Amino acid sequence: MRQLEIAKGVYDVGVTDWNIRDFHGYSTYSGTTYNAFLVTDEKIALIDTVKKEFADQLIENISRIVDPKKIDYVISNHTEMDHSGSLPRIMHRVGEDKPLFCSKMGEKNLARHFSQKWNYRPVGTGDELNLGKRTLTFLETRMLHWPDSMFTYLKEDKILFSSDAFGQHYAGPERFDDMMGDAIMPHAKKYFANIMMLYSPLILKLVETVTSLGLQFNMICPDHGILWRKDPGKIINAYVKWSRQEDNEKKAVIVYDTMWHSTEIMAEAIMSGLTEEGIYVRPMKLRECHRSDIITEVLDAKAVIVGSPTLNNGLYPTVSDFLTYMKGLKPQNKIGAAFGSYGWSGESVKLVQEELTAMKFQTVDSGLKIQYMPDKAGIEKCEAFGRKIGQAVKG
Amino acid sequence: MDKYVCMICGYVYDPQAGDPDNGVKAGTKFKDLPDDWVCPVCGADKDSFEKEE
Repeated sequence: MRQLEIAKGVYDVGVTDWNIRDFHGYSTYSGTTYNAFLVTDEKIALIDTVKKEFADQLIENISRIVDPKKIDYVISNHTEMDHSGSLPRIMHRVGEDKPLFCSKMGEKNLARHFSQKWNYRPVGTGDELNLGKRTLTFLETRMLHWPDSMFTYLKEDKILFSSDAFGQHYAGPERFDDMMGDAIMPHAKKYFANIMMLYSPLILKLVETVTSLGLQFNMICPDHGILWRKDPGKIINAYVKWSRQEDNEKKAVIVYDTMWHSTEIMAEAIMSGLTEEGIYVRPMKLRECHRSDIITEVLDAKAVIVGSPTLNNGLYPTVSDFLTYMKGLKPQNKIGAAFGSYGWSGESVKLVQEELTAMKFQTVDSGLKIQYMPDKAGIEKCEAFGRKIGQAVKG
Repeated sequence: MDKYVCMICGYVYDPQAGDPDNGVKAGTKFKDLPDDWVCPVCGADKDSFEKEE
């Protein structure tokens, strides 16, 4: 339970989901928050709601500030159910006929979630809503990260309500960036890697638009995690850096799984070769590491080296899972390589290689496969393979 | 040549530019795009596009 005045007359009325550990397949070791905001002026606006299960808490948080019936406008920046799930309860309390502002796609998408015939007011970039002394401006941000996504900007206070963008799955006692310092950045990076990475080109374009509009931010309030008030520029700059997916660290990730440790032994020898070339390596075994953590490491790595044993003439299932996930997130500017141990047929390396090529990774080798256990000569091949990739990483 | 807009995500197909990342040469009219071509941003099919006004 929380409600917090984040600026004069502007309240965070969201909720904390301390115990969620799996957010639609994304590991959330620290839980998360669903942020919602109440802007009180001559008119009162509620920006976003929370996951359905937390509707009572949201209503209680609002009620400590104002009777929900007094809310004049409800704004839905994003249709996804962790932000819209409480709309039926909220609209019931606020008044079913109250205007519900969302993007054009938001209207379509909300109508596909809820049968209520709400008083939708679709808005586009530049549209304004006057609250009295203050004004809300809307900015459509399609595909950041759903077709319905938009931002709401409180003009006079220069506060951006950015929906999922700039968010982090983090639940803690802190509510602002200045209470956490750099400790929040790994959470923001993981969020970017798993939710935003595939829309990197759109993010760069958006930052350009925002810069050309001369918009300034005293505060950026995403719908998950802490709010950026000390240095909103920090998260914008981080988004630009992550969107460019430039290699700054000479880093390689070895993603693999193994049945009888053969592919694992190969992974370790490849790591030795890379290390010899001065590359920073993160080996990650798929049955131990969550795909959402691996993708976070992939984001700022130059090389992604994928190892799969051959199982029943195909890829090992966890490797398939990971490749499917990575393909959808469209990492850019990567070097790829495939390796694996096999018993008799050995299809996996070719299959991995094909997937990496389909993802437009630059492959530096046709792949390395070794039958059963790698012997001394096999280990040396792996080390040479690692050195070769390392040299390509260094360019 | 007419530009077409994706009604889902707002991507604009410009025939002058084509979609070279997905094997569509510059100068390809929208109607000449292969039937299995999809929006490079959101993956919506050709039916989700409308002519830009």
